[in-house]
Amino acid sequence: MAIGVKVMRRPTRETSYLRATLKGMALTFSHLWRPKVTMQYPEEKSSHDWTLSSRWRGTHRMLTDEQGRAKCVACGLCPQICPANCIKLVPGEDENGHRYPLIYEIDEFRCVFCGYCQEVCPEEAIHVGVHYENSEYSRDRFVYDLERLCAQTHPVSTLWDPSDPKGE
Amino acid sequence: MTFFIVVSAIKVFVVFNLILVGVALLTLAERRICAWMQDRLGPNRVGPQGLLQPAADGLKNFLKEETSPALADRGLFTLAPMISFVPALLTFAVIPFASPLPTRWGPVPMVVADLPVGFLYILAISSLGVYGIVLAGWSSNNKYALLGGLRASAQMISYEIAMGMSTVAVLLLAGNVTLSQVIAQQQRGLWFVIPLTLAFLIFMISALAETNRLPFDLPEAEAELIAGYHTEYSAMKFSMFYIAEYSNMVTASALMATLFFGGWDIPFTHADETPSFLMTLLTLLMFGLKTGFFLFTYIWIRWTLPRFRYDQLMALGWKVLLPLALVYLTVLATAIWYLHARLGWAYGTPMALALGGVNIVLLVFLVWWLDRGRIVSGSVAGEAA
Repeated sequence: MAIGVKVMRRPTRETSYLRATLKGMALTFSHLWRPKVTMQYPEEKSSHDWTLSSRWRGTHRMLTDEQGRAKCVACGLCPQICPANCIKLVPGEDENGHRYPLIYEIDEFRCVFCGYCQEVCPEEAIHVGVHYENSEYSRDRFVYDLERLCAQTHPVSTLWDPSDPKGE
Repeated sequence: MTFFIVVSAIKVFVVFNLILVGVALLTLAERRICAWMQDRLGPNRVGPQGLLQPAADGLKNFLKEETSPALADRGLFTLAPMISFVPALLTFAVIPFASPLPTRWGPVPMVVADLPVGFLYILAISSLGVYGIVLAGWSSNNKYALLGGLRASAQMISYEIAMGMSTVAVLLLAGNVTLSQVIAQQQRGLWFVIPLTLAFLIFMISALAETNRLPFDLPEAEAELIAGYHTEYSAMKFSMFYIAEYSNMVTASALMATLFFGGWDIPFTHADETPSFLMTLLTLLMFGLKTGFFLFTYIWIRWTLPRFRYDQLMALGWKVLLPLALVYLTVLATAIWYLHARLGWAYGTPMALALGGVNIVLLVFLVWWLDRGRIVSGSVAGEAA
């Protein structure tokens, strides 16, 4: 016996390894028939007890108005607040004095998906979306331009609501 | 003579392929059963229910790069997988897998080689497998591989003794080392698992250790030794160790079925003793079922029990199983002598039941003695000493 090892005295039923072995065998055998928790991903994306949260912050989406134009008014708040500096915005103005984005690009590689852009947007134009499948074959495809942001169709994130912290 | 050669060649071909296919499916079964026991699904993508997964794995192993350590002993390094692969497949040759098939040219025994020394042949060949493992560990020039090889040799030699001792009891009852005669004797009375329960238990535990399966997979012990003796192996060489391990499992399971569970004997009927084509098929199925059950038990045990500590492994082998097998053999030999020589009983159901009673008494004593943590103790070591 090594020095300094405290030996616990336990009742036989706890130290009996034969019983422990049989108990373990029974347990693993019973698990053979239990329902499996595996979600078979590409076919199954949510199950009865797990689904993507509505607060999930994923791929961006730009909402559009009835004429199909981006709601963005190029106010410049989102590139200002973006901690990752991933939004590129060049504002323009039409003959009626309405501002619109000439260039609006989001680099999804740089983005940290904090959702500040959605939170700060006065027009509720830019949103983070409940969506995560954004793999591409080349790196430059990860810079989403305005057209592509408008073309996204996934649901937008509800973000965290301070008045309803648990999402009820 | 020509007939014998042709039939033997066919049998060798069929059995060899069946074992390889069985081994491939066994790797899949292992992964799926493990997954089910952990509430997962396991590999189910390649083919229906993942049945083609072994084919995909095999293809992968053929296409992978063969690496060879710079300082390895090149010759032995290449030889080791073969040494471990060949005996693993050789051992199955003497196991009868079905009742004899009647043909126009006479009955064909459903065993590749019905050697008169069948059982001794198995003991001899299966112990050769350790050379492959030790040489693999030695020639890799890697400390983990060497440790794995050392452990393998110590473990396999230790448990071989207990295993041999436990089967002597079988030979006492069967009066013959030919496996087909062992089966014939069991058909006369009850299966040997009844009169030789303890021998079966010892044999099963030793067989687990012999095939390096958990809870005795110390030669591999991935937590301590990376992958033990096959750390340095890749691609098909690694695969050969893998196939060897699994075919050892198949052989050990088949051996348990043959020695203790009547081999291809169908229980509660004597119809299987008159050879016919149908009976050959049915007995083959029966043999497959029994072997399959033990294979499942192997997998079941593997995914339930944790690995032994090395000193515990050695203590179990030398201080428990070996003395147990010796004492058991003495008691049983006395009992058989008394029943046979004094009362004049031949082997049959009454003798089997009488010996079964002896076994139950011994088993109760054994469990009472073992189950107090006196010999193999876990974290509470030293308490009883």
